[in-house]
Amino acid sequence: MSSADAPPAGMAPRRSDRSPWNWLLVVPIVVPLIVPLYNKVEPTLFGWPTFYWLQLAFVVLGVLTTSIVYRMTRRSPGQQQAARDAIARGRTDRDGEGRP
Amino acid sequence: MNVVELTIVIAVFVLVTVLGFAASRWRRAESLMHLDEWGLGGRSFGTWVTWFLLGGDLYTAYTFVAVPALMFGAGAAGFFAVPYTVVIYPLVFLVVIRLWSVSHVRGFVTPADFVRSRFDSPTMALLVAITGIVATMPYIALQLVGIEAILKAMGVEGELPLIIAFVILAIYTYNSGLRAPALIAFVKDALIYLTIIVAVIVIPSKLGGWDAIFGAAEEKFSAGSGVILPATGQLGYATLALGSALALFLYPHSITGVLAASNRDVLKRNMSALPVYSLALGFIALLGFMAIAAGVTPIGTDGNTIVPVLFQQMFPSWFAGIAFAAIGVGALVPAAIMSIAAANLFTRNIYKEYLKKDATPRQEAQAAKIASLVVKLGAVAAILFLNPQFSIDLQLIGGVIILQTMPSVALGLYTRWLHRGGLIAGWVAGMAVALAMVYDIPKLNPDGTVARAHFGGSSYALSNFGLDTKVTVYAGLIALLVNLVVAVVVTAVLRAMNVADGVDGTAETDYTAEREDPSFRDLPDPLSDEPLAGPPPGSAAAPGR
Repeated sequence: MSSADAPPAGMAPRRSDRSPWNWLLVVPIVVPLIVPLYNKVEPTLFGWPTFYWLQLAFVVLGVLTTSIVYRMTRRSPGQQQAARDAIARGRTDRDGEGRP
Repeated sequence: MNVVELTIVIAVFVLVTVLGFAASRWRRAESLMHLDEWGLGGRSFGTWVTWFLLGGDLYTAYTFVAVPALMFGAGAAGFFAVPYTVVIYPLVFLVVIRLWSVSHVRGFVTPADFVRSRFDSPTMALLVAITGIVATMPYIALQLVGIEAILKAMGVEGELPLIIAFVILAIYTYNSGLRAPALIAFVKDALIYLTIIVAVIVIPSKLGGWDAIFGAAEEKFSAGSGVILPATGQLGYATLALGSALALFLYPHSITGVLAASNRDVLKRNMSALPVYSLALGFIALLGFMAIAAGVTPIGTDGNTIVPVLFQQMFPSWFAGIAFAAIGVGALVPAAIMSIAAANLFTRNIYKEYLKKDATPRQEAQAAKIASLVVKLGAVAAILFLNPQFSIDLQLIGGVIILQTMPSVALGLYTRWLHRGGLIAGWVAGMAVALAMVYDIPKLNPDGTVARAHFGGSSYALSNFGLDTKVTVYAGLIALLVNLVVAVVVTAVLRAMNVADGVDGTAETDYTAEREDPSFRDLPDPLSDEPLAGPPPGSAAAPGR
């Protein structure tokens, strides 16, 4: 299978998914759970009590923080290109090999 | 009976069925007869398909029907669905990519596969598999509750249409595995977004604006705390949101959707993009308040009918038909993925592990197909014989019990410190506490009288502990706490006694593996033991056996 035709020296490289940016993810986990923060009517926005519009705004907070963490922990363009090449190579190899 | 609505709903169902069958030909791999192909779509879904698939998987028809119904009946507390679906993505952002990587290196298809190999414990894997199947069944049944609500609103009597809808679903998931729901999810989302956008523009303008909508809700709940939570409801709200978020990605169907992604970046991008559905969910929840302002009365005693009835009052028949079709198709997608996931669990972790160890891939895929049919039949039976309200409570209880697999499935992705014996003891303790607590939760009528003494949901009153308070807390979190404490204590004891904890079938580098790595597996062959037992080349880890 795919592992059999790997180069002999080919073991998975050691990587780390640790990054200081990951701590940013704590914000959208904690903030929406602090109920007293938004459990009120005033100020209203377009007729919506705070309870409703602020919690919907947390959706945007979640999108922003996860996007930032994704961008900051992403591999460099060079690494990504190398990855795409490797995948394309792997695909043609496997197609040639034929499946059981 | 409303003929226009019914015609449109039937037309959309026919379209969806045609798509479902076409799906079996879409990006077809060489053989659908391998379990991986049938159950995981060949594991090759890009960012967009994954977004539709996971969105269709996580935001179900039940959500669209039950969340507004909850807002209609209970007010602000029903809005917990929004923080729940905000918290969940950052919570699992780092976890699901580790699961994706290790699964693709080792050829895992289910969470129980992972637990078996990581902790060298077929017993814990069996517990995870059984928990997953039991928790998924009422979830599938709930999708039927969504369909039932629209059928009632259209004036269709009896159970026959419901059975026909599910026979169609059963037939085409039998044929094309995960590809069918992925394609259908496109139709579902197009319809849902169309409905929501129109509803948010048209309904408030007909009702005199958002002020009038919130005003009507304020008036209805003025005896309580109006449109916000009472002080005693805050802890219950936050723990329910957190507990539900922790539980969602432990469900086998969520994991099936995650594993079908083509690489880690696809998943990370989706953790940022999926909350778009939560925005829609917020508006959907407010349909409950719109129904209050419009003076909607539910059909009979079924609160789930308020959204269909609201649509009938506000929209011309043809558009109400489109909205109903959206809810109906929205039920089919998750029901299909759930039955596939439950079937995978049965086949890999019960059938092949305990019943027929030498099953060929063909037999394995065949068993999965039959199991998926059985699971769906079980759901149909549940809906025919149980009160729909009871299936909603059962689903809440399902969330409480699936949470008990968290220590082995989620923490296991980070650490192997917990001993397999500790995990099993923790599961048993957590499950016992969970069941004891939900047994004690009564179902109350709107006027405060007890409708049913037991299994009435998942909000546990702290007064049961002897505290003089009306505060409630999500039962699943307390049970999880007990589970973790027992797991840690038993682990410490077993480690002190030097009890063997088996061999880790995974290596540290597996958890960060990328698609291009030599250890990555596209299509493990379920025929041999090799995918689960063999270490990748160069890995120091011994086979997990």
